Amino acid sequence: MKKKKAPGLEETRARWERAFTGEPVQEIDFTTVSAEPVKPLYAEEDVAGLDYLEDLGFPGEYPFTRGVYPTMYRGRFWTMRQFSGFGTPRDTNRRYHYLLEHGQTGLSVAFDMPTIMGYDSDHPRAEGEVGRCGVAIDSLRDIEILFDGIDPSKITTSMTINAPASILLAFYLCAGEKKGARFDEMGGTIQNDILKEYIAQKSWIFSPEPSMRLITDILAFCADHVPKWNTISISGYHIREAGSTAVQELAFTLADGFAYVEAGIAAGLDVDVFAPRLSFFFNAHLDFFEEIAKYRAARRIWAKRMRGKYGAKDPRSWLCRFHTQTAGCTLTAQQPENNIVRTAFQALSAVLGGTQSLHTNSMDETLALPSEKAVRIALRTQQLIAHETGVINTIDPLAGSYFIEAKTREMEDLAEEYFRKVDELGGVVKAIEAGFFQREIGRSAYEYQKAVEREKKIVVGVNRFQVEGEKIEIPILRIDPEVEIEQRNAVRKVRADRDNDKVARELARLEKAARGVDNLMPVIIDCARCYATEGEIIAALKEVFGEYQEPPVF
Amino acid sequence: MARKIRVLIAKPGLDGHDRGAKVVANALRDAGMEVIYTGLHQTPEMIAESAIQEDVDVVGMSILSGAHMTMFPRVMELLKQKGAACIKIVGGGIVPEEDVGKLEALGVAKVFGPGTDTRSIVEFIEKSCAHTA
Repeated sequence: MKKKKAPGLEETRARWERAFTGEPVQEIDFTTVSAEPVKPLYAEEDVAGLDYLEDLGFPGEYPFTRGVYPTMYRGRFWTMRQFSGFGTPRDTNRRYHYLLEHGQTGLSVAFDMPTIMGYDSDHPRAEGEVGRCGVAIDSLRDIEILFDGIDPSKITTSMTINAPASILLAFYLCAGEKKGARFDEMGGTIQNDILKEYIAQKSWIFSPEPSMRLITDILAFCADHVPKWNTISISGYHIREAGSTAVQELAFTLADGFAYVEAGIAAGLDVDVFAPRLSFFFNAHLDFFEEIAKYRAARRIWAKRMRGKYGAKDPRSWLCRFHTQTAGCTLTAQQPENNIVRTAFQALSAVLGGTQSLHTNSMDETLALPSEKAVRIALRTQQLIAHETGVINTIDPLAGSYFIEAKTREMEDLAEEYFRKVDELGGVVKAIEAGFFQREIGRSAYEYQKAVEREKKIVVGVNRFQVEGEKIEIPILRIDPEVEIEQRNAVRKVRADRDNDKVARELARLEKAARGVDNLMPVIIDCARCYATEGEIIAALKEVFGEYQEPPVF
Repeated sequence: MARKIRVLIAKPGLDGHDRGAKVVANALRDAGMEVIYTGLHQTPEMIAESAIQEDVDVVGMSILSGAHMTMFPRVMELLKQKGAACIKIVGGGIVPEEDVGKLEALGVAKVFGPGTDTRSIVEFIEKSCAHTA
């Protein structure tokens, strides 16, 4: 008797395809939130040619697709780091103690707009903005208050500061020094990513050339004196918030990273001296699997280029270590409690993608800065993922999924296409000057808005499942208008109490140094130490560097 | 032919979040309006000046830094001083509900919060400019 042959792969697939196409499917847009098509099913042929060792490797091993550390969350959880700042340094110091008491493991400073743009609180352009969307910092005195009772040799601090990053770093180091901490034992991060400011976040002061000089000065200074400091947090977060797709976020961020590496090398630094202190900052957006693939692709692209193209030999230079923040732009003002759930899904994608630290947004952030209760729920969301879901038990649990591996490779390929385009335009700075990134992002943002308005994309509570006549029933943090007056008086008192002759001498030294080629960090630190204000230091630099203007286009 | 509605989209204050401003600018332009965008980091004086120079019917201001209670009334005051109180003011951004009420009481025609459909902005502007067109 002839044995009946079991159906082969092709035959089985054909049977499934017939079954699938024979059934009605829902009238839904089956694309990612970035409008990338997704197939109904992924199988073996979608990962054809995938080589385990070459493409994935083991955690902590090249090309780090599966994670940057051998132990990942078995060794330690990601740092739970809530971005926080409002009002006066004293107000924010209280919030930091509150967060640390509730189990937060690192600090992250949100500055107000005058601080971000280099104005003191009593400058006319600061009016109405002091302490509003972050904490107001004018001088070393404010940083001393901000970290009162917090040990800088034990807690690491991330500061979201870019154009004036050198000055805030100087304030931080001087404040730590006064508490007896040495520069080389203080750890933390400054964002210091000016390229993405021109591309997306738009908080610049100087034009690209002097800005890049300030950055390479920081790279060199920290390599010698503050070795535990993460000198640039190369940020895709703001690019995504400005409306980019996932691939654009990935590609533009890594392109910025390569531009910093090239700038460091051009400034005469050995790539392995500064590259280990570069870190990244990504968005955790709505599309769960697309986000996980993005993080995995980022690690692989960075490792390959750093080793291959830039010749980095220290394995630490190959690591794409990153912080993640859930996507603020996905939060809705309607039914704000739903944001807790959105944020949880997004945070889970970041953890499954192997993040090193995480900020979870609070449900009320489309309305105001977060209230204490909202921020506690956001922190609890991370603690739930870490302690209750079990996802931390095994490393990179989605590896080997046909879909995840295919998507990871697809994102890598699409990013490579963008790198080619940027090269054709003459590099990142030239592409910025040509408005390339800005246009790409603006177009994606508008396309998405139109997709929402056509209900091609559904936003729960906004274009579907609305509640008529909804009343917002969550507490809102109010910033007392007194904050501005208090802070203006504080900076005037600092100026009255210090040795003003010394300040004038140090600021003159800074201006002279800015005209030359020496590293500016030591003299900025000298200015900080004698309580020169941020606005005064920036004003001295503006004398030499001028200011940047963007041509308004939409 | 009726004159096209002219709108100045402005970013007052220091924050650089221009996604919303640009999306609205695109939507108004696609709806057939003349749209002028100021660019970033504008002072109230710069905005009032542009509004008058460009002879606009509407000024739309987007602000996400929390400085709306300072910036919006200042622009309105300046327009009034310059005899241009007829220019309608609309706004958007991160503005708590309580402040929306205060701003509308001060004469801001409408504050559009997060999640607003751009078609409702177009409709509102068209309706409120019906007599000028």
